[in-house]
Amino acid sequence: MWVWLHKFGSPKYFYNVSGKILPWVGGATVLLILVGLYLGLFASPADYQQRDSVRIMYIHVPSAWNSMFIYLVMAAAAAIGLIWNIKIADIAAAVSAPIGASFTFITLVTGSLWGKPMWGTWWEWDARLTSELILLFLYLGYIALQSAFEDRRTAARASAVLAIVGAVNVPIIYYSVQWWNTLHQPQSLGVGMSTIHASMLLPLLLMALGFKLLYVTLLLMRTRTEVLERERNSAWVQELAQALSGKSSSDQVRSSNEQR
Amino acid sequence: MTPRRRRLMIVLLILLAVGVAAALTLNAFRGNLVFFYGPSQLAGVEKVHERNLRLGGLVEQGSVKREDDGLTVHFNVTDNVTTVPVTYKGILPDLFREGQGVVAQGRLNAGGEFMAEEVLAKHDENYMPPEVAAALKQASEAGGKTPQFTGTLMMQGGSNK
Amino acid sequence: MNSADFFHMGGYGLYVWGSYGVALAVLALNVALAHQHQRRVLRTITRSARRDRSCA
Repeated sequence: MWVWLHKFGSPKYFYNVSGKILPWVGGATVLLILVGLYLGLFASPADYQQRDSVRIMYIHVPSAWNSMFIYLVMAAAAAIGLIWNIKIADIAAAVSAPIGASFTFITLVTGSLWGKPMWGTWWEWDARLTSELILLFLYLGYIALQSAFEDRRTAARASAVLAIVGAVNVPIIYYSVQWWNTLHQPQSLGVGMSTIHASMLLPLLLMALGFKLLYVTLLLMRTRTEVLERERNSAWVQELAQALSGKSSSDQVRSSNEQR
Repeated sequence: MTPRRRRLMIVLLILLAVGVAAALTLNAFRGNLVFFYGPSQLAGVEKVHERNLRLGGLVEQGSVKREDDGLTVHFNVTDNVTTVPVTYKGILPDLFREGQGVVAQGRLNAGGEFMAEEVLAKHDENYMPPEVAAALKQASEAGGKTPQFTGTLMMQGGSNK
Repeated sequence: MNSADFFHMGGYGLYVWGSYGVALAVLALNVALAHQHQRRVLRTITRSARRDRSCA
């Protein structure tokens, strides 16, 4: 495990492996989301109570799950970076924050657009809605803290503490509908239970998986870029750059050869 | 102790401290972070007539009556134990219907009637196509038992206190 | 279902399409920014590599 972690933690190894799997993950993301959209918008029935407005669920719920999932990944990566000093973990945590903030923002906006016609309000200060808003502030605070320090190590350490402390908010969001009286309805899905009809559950799960993979795609893309930037003076990046520039300037090389 | 060990300890300590703090706050909030009161809980609220609060429950079947002005509505909110009459003047949300959940904000007057300034609909966690809902309803009427999806009464908060 | 019904969404068109629109815009922006950053970094390092070679 530790051998593997350190091997994968080596920037060069990570860059090569992630480059191989990225197209597959990206392709699967596009496929899942397209099928999910088709089922969610066309092929699934309207709800017996909420009619067509229920289609907002296929965006809202997967985004909400991602907003919490990404935070946990971010906090875990930040903790690994803080304790074992693994650069890749620091990078993964840092680049996860804007992605997580995006999904949190989508959750809040779509929830508002769903709440207005169904509940009769854009916003209420109930426990579920308020704790999700706090999640957005945690992400924004993390991003602000990252950019507040000149030194990358200090920035990573300070923001890691915030990320870890803020992680307590995630179970609060998740269990808020059980712990308190909320306007938001209770959980529809759990281990071995679902109160969503199969015809609606399928697009929901496809979209959820699609959004998860979209996060992985974005995470890999951004981490790879960040790795290149931070390691630009190392031998392997120099080699890579030589190879890339050689490819793009090969035409020039050929023409100069012909002149000779 | 190696530096790595020390950092691990620091992180664990932070987690522990935050966990304890969170547990304490949650416990303290448990009573206070109430978005709404159920009809049965209303009696236990201090100075209930002076406070602007929210009442949540189900709209009692057959209780909705509209006045001639088309805006004023009377209905009963119930948790199947206690029933509170509500008066509201304004536009109701799309999901407002008998047998469904509502959260009304307003004041309980001296006569025990809840004067609502705002009425929000609260739906349950069940999602299904209309045909399935109709089939379930039919089955329950034929068999005389409650449908499989009963919809929670969202009164789970009613148990504490 | 005809296309007018589809966009109307039983009267919830604005809310449904608004939700999908916001999600699409935010997620597309995420992908575009990640891609743009990647290209900028790649261009910077290849340019400096070319400069190194011509100096050598």
